[in-house]
Amino acid sequence: MFKIVKREEMSEGTVILNEIEAPLIARKAKPGQFVILKATEDGERIPLTMAETDPEKGTITIIYMVVGKSTALFKTLQVGDGYQDVIGPLGKPTHLEKVGTVVCVGGGTGVAVLHPITRALKEIGNHVICIIGARSKDLLILEDKMRDASTELHVCTDDGSYGHHGFVTDVLKDVLEKEDVKLAVAIGPVPMMKFVSLITKEKEVKTIVSLNPIMVDGTGMCGGCRVSIGGENKFACVDGPEFDGHQVDYDELMKRLQAYCEDEKTCHNDFCQMQS
Amino acid sequence: MSTQPDKKAKKKPIQRVAMPEQAPEIRRRNFEEVPLGYTPEMAMEEASRCLQCKKPACVEGCPVNVDIPGFIKLIKEGDFTGAARNLWTRNALPAVCGRVCPQEIQCEGHCIVGKKGAPVAIGNLERFAADYEREQGSGALPPKAESTGKKVAVVGSGPSALTVAGDLVVKGHDVTVLEAFHKPGGVLVYGIPEFRLPKAIVAQEIDFLARQGANVECNQVVGRTVSIDELFEDGYDAVYLGVGAGLPRFLNVPGENLIGILSANEYLTRANLMKAYLFPKVDTPIPHGKNVVVLGAGNVAMDSARTAMRLGAESVKIVYRRSRDEMPARNAEIHHAEEEGIEMFLLTAPTKFVGDENGRLTGMECLQMELGEPDESGRRRPVAKEGSEFHMDCDLAIIAVGSGANPLLTQSTPDLSLNKWGYIMADQETGKTSKKGVWAGGDIVTGAATVILAMGAGRKAADSIHDYLTWGW
Ligand SMILES: Cc1cc2nc3c(=O)[nH]c(=O)nc-3n(C[C@H](O)[C@H](O)[C@H](O)COP(=O)(O)OP(=O)(O)OC[C@H]3O[C@@H](n4cnc5c(N)ncnc54)[C@H](O)[C@@H]3O)c2cc1C
Ligand SMILES: Cc1cc2nc3c(=O)[nH]c(=O)nc-3n(C[C@H](O)[C@H](O)[C@H](O)COP(=O)(O)OP(=O)(O)OC[C@H]3O[C@@H](n4cnc5c(N)ncnc54)[C@H](O)[C@@H]3O)c2cc1C
Ligand code: SF4
Ligand code: SF4
Ligand code: FES
Repeated sequence: MFKIVKREEMSEGTVILNEIEAPLIARKAKPGQFVILKATEDGERIPLTMAETDPEKGTITIIYMVVGKSTALFKTLQVGDGYQDVIGPLGKPTHLEKVGTVVCVGGGTGVAVLHPITRALKEIGNHVICIIGARSKDLLILEDKMRDASTELHVCTDDGSYGHHGFVTDVLKDVLEKEDVKLAVAIGPVPMMKFVSLITKEKEVKTIVSLNPIMVDGTGMCGGCRVSIGGENKFACVDGPEFDGHQVDYDELMKRLQAYCEDEKTCHNDFCQMQS
Repeated sequence: MSTQPDKKAKKKPIQRVAMPEQAPEIRRRNFEEVPLGYTPEMAMEEASRCLQCKKPACVEGCPVNVDIPGFIKLIKEGDFTGAARNLWTRNALPAVCGRVCPQEIQCEGHCIVGKKGAPVAIGNLERFAADYEREQGSGALPPKAESTGKKVAVVGSGPSALTVAGDLVVKGHDVTVLEAFHKPGGVLVYGIPEFRLPKAIVAQEIDFLARQGANVECNQVVGRTVSIDELFEDGYDAVYLGVGAGLPRFLNVPGENLIGILSANEYLTRANLMKAYLFPKVDTPIPHGKNVVVLGAGNVAMDSARTAMRLGAESVKIVYRRSRDEMPARNAEIHHAEEEGIEMFLLTAPTKFVGDENGRLTGMECLQMELGEPDESGRRRPVAKEGSEFHMDCDLAIIAVGSGANPLLTQSTPDLSLNKWGYIMADQETGKTSKKGVWAGGDIVTGAATVILAMGAGRKAADSIHDYLTWGW
């Protein structure tokens, strides 16, 4: 069993943080990599990115949004409980490079995934401008940590309950006008990554996105996570999860994410609306 | 006069004892095992059909040279435990091989009795002895050599890895099995369905290994969680790679990313490993098709088709671009599939998948083929017939056209020599790779093959590893 040593509700009932004992994974994990977790014998294998790792303590931290049956089950786990299986680190680590000015765009729980990448980009000497957003103030996570990890932070909410009233893409356009941005990193809901990529493409700014297709094994043996990148099939779990944002077929990804919608409703019926 | 009746009895050959099976119309909708097994009486009767050949042709046909007349004789005499022990000396997983070996081209294909009638049911007898011992036997462990203090890491837990682990633990080495999935067994648990190989059998084999003292650690993706070099740093003296050929091939025709098109690996993993056929009692879903097509005609295709039928499909079609003679599946599987109502669409190749506005599969464009000249594999090459395009409705398509070498582990180990298809190069006799202290065998060396070949490679490697740990590289 992989024991939970710390649990926090970052946004009440919807965004949960777990720090989990997994020394072998903590020893190897790099920013951008993920784990697959299964809570119980009959549970589903769920991929989640590591938001933090502590090799000394032998722990990894995940932050997840409660969206369906499995994440709802995860939510019931308290400190002292554990996951039956945790597998990782999976996926390719982020390619970190000193390029000058970088803009990091995060939406929803994508911010948790973005945090270690942002921090690492800054540590190697980049000027890092961050734009993070959420539907409303109470869903916004990691604001303080993101402020520490970046050179400059912008916050947006869709409903205007906090920070800039509007989408992260509005702020992004401004930033791209004013600064000489060399690289963009966008992690969040698929539509957000799609629109960020459209904007950066116009400005010819290289853009990395992190994709979240449905996965089973996470080791390249099922092909369920296949995504079209520049017209070619790639397996997100081994070739990604990060890809060149300008090459991704987002519409196909959005459709494929709906593959089990009906079944998942049987399993946990209040979910599908949230995706759309 | 007294010899008359005897002679008569000898002349009238005993019929091959058929193994009772679940009736097709019932089993096509459940996941329980199809053949039900012999009773001791049936086994003894079938065993009496063996002529106890002095130069048994059957043994030549078995890749690991099981002492076939030997174990059959013990069954005939009613010593079932003795038969099981005899089997174990050559084959670590007789309950599995009895069920899944392609006997018709191996042992039974060579049996002399088969020249005139049906060959001795070697597979059925092997299964019987192993099942009997598992259910009724003492469960006694084989004697184990004194601890050598040497540590061996066995990567993967399919049949080849399990053979290596079993052989080396008995020789006194400290063996740790490292499996990427959350459950050990390889294809035996994630690929071959419950109705053909009950998972309880595989679990019991693993338990047996653990009772002998092997450590079985799941959730260890070697190449990610730990690298091969780190295993040596952690104190392992030798490493065996039995990671299988787990890279799904696709057809590369347009529309293949529509919802409702899955690799057989994904479909079968959901069904078997994740037990998705019990959804929503378990949490992993699986697509339920009404009109299902399965592309390919090997064991994997038959397993996928029969799984789809059991999940409630109205129609299931095997779509294959060659003819029946070229179908690579075991005869028994093709026969069972047909009995269960699965249709064979031979000499047919898809050219395109079509879907609706939500990206869901609705059908497939196909071409009819005819057989031309033989290709490199010696099989006649299918060529498209002019103007033969037609449309086939389907809402679930499973791609079972073979698998390749998964590069995850090999990419992280650059000093391991690979062939041009990405399989690990290993010595045929010893399993030694280009990297010191590292052996490999099974599907990751040969490409997708069979359980018994993977086990045979494991046995040779185990012998070589033992020599190395005793004498050096
Ligand atoms: C590499 C990767 C990293 C991720 N990192 C995070 C993260 O850090 N935080 C976070 O909140 N979410 C993350 N996700 C998404 C997360 O895996 C899904 O939200 C989760 O699987 C939903 O499961 P559920 O049973 O609760 O919901 P369900 O009701 O089962 O599904 C909700 C939706 O989630 C998606 N989904 C379902 N099953 C899977 C699966 N096995 N794999 C992937 N997606 C699935 C589908 O689009 C589905 O419609 C990540 C996904 C991937 C692939
Ligand atoms: C659906 C199906 C039906 C089949 N039917 C038959 C049949 O009827 N008869 C027959 O003889 N053969 C059959 N086969 C073929 C047979 O199962 C294989 O040839 C055999 O299992 C190969 O054994 P293996 O030990 O080489 O590898 P596998 O059984 O493939 O096991 C490899 C194991 O290694 C693990 N692994 C992979 N990478 C890593 C890593 N990096 N770190 C740790 N672990 C890793 C995998 O998760 C897996 O558990 C079938 C195959 C399939 C898929
Ligand atoms: S191991 Fe397979 S080939 Fe060999 S005797 Fe047994 S069933 Fe036949
Ligand atoms: S060839 Fe047939 S008859 Fe002869 S020993 Fe083998 S199984 Fe028996
Ligand atoms: S999750 Fe199976 S190949 Fe990526």
